[in-house]
Amino acid sequence: MIFGLSLVFILTSILTVAGALAAALLRNLVHCALSLTVTFAGLALLYLQLDAQFAGFAQILIYIGAVAILVVFAILLTRGSGIPEHRSFSSSWLAGLVISAGVFSLLSWAVIESIPASAARATPQLTVQKIGQALMSSYVLPLEIVAVLLTVALIGAVIVAMPESSKGGAK
Amino acid sequence: MTPLAAFLIVAALVFAIGLAISLTRRNAILVLIGIELMLNAANLNLIAFWRFGPHPEALTGMMFAIFSIAVAAAEAAVGLGLAIAYHRSKKTTDLDAMTRMKG
Repeated sequence: MIFGLSLVFILTSILTVAGALAAALLRNLVHCALSLTVTFAGLALLYLQLDAQFAGFAQILIYIGAVAILVVFAILLTRGSGIPEHRSFSSSWLAGLVISAGVFSLLSWAVIESIPASAARATPQLTVQKIGQALMSSYVLPLEIVAVLLTVALIGAVIVAMPESSKGGAK
Repeated sequence: MTPLAAFLIVAALVFAIGLAISLTRRNAILVLIGIELMLNAANLNLIAFWRFGPHPEALTGMMFAIFSIAVAAAEAAVGLGLAIAYHRSKKTTDLDAMTRMKG
């Protein structure tokens, strides 16, 4: 226990933040995508430490399994003719850095100032069965809306990314 | 430092790094990665508040995080599709060179 935090939490958060930093600083885009995967895995471990098993495994399935693969595919599909980029940071990188440092200091100031010292409560008895029952009873309308949203978004993504000639139409 | 504050500070750090990625990198796909990181930080906040809140058995924060994950997946698909479509017509994903999106 260091500062009242468990060693596992400290290691996991260091892994998460290091992955995010590597994604921010590396120049090779594929390396960025791989360190992004490390960050997603670290976040899934943090969810598991918070007793949110379902969210942790959903994070692994959706982010590492789908989103990271999608990002790698997009990077490989949009890679130019082998010419590496000279500058990987935009011209206004200093302003962006200052803004994000300001946001972080504001957020951490608010967290440290406002959270009272509350003891951790007992572990909630939460099973996947309860989550499924809640999804099918009180959260059924949001579930259906999310299903429609996902269908529309994925079909829209395919249509947007489709080659211009195969779209048909008078062009 | 309480565990809740520690989780919130980790989430704030991930959010700030995501914001820095989307504000400073030139590649459009990396900007999408930064947005994904910010959404993930928000999810971590939701789950931490759910766990340390007064009623963890009520499932609300957990459900919010799950729906947020689903919406983030849809956003990633559409954003990467847009990046691929732009690259097909203009042969670049450089944001400094993206000045117009009309065919």
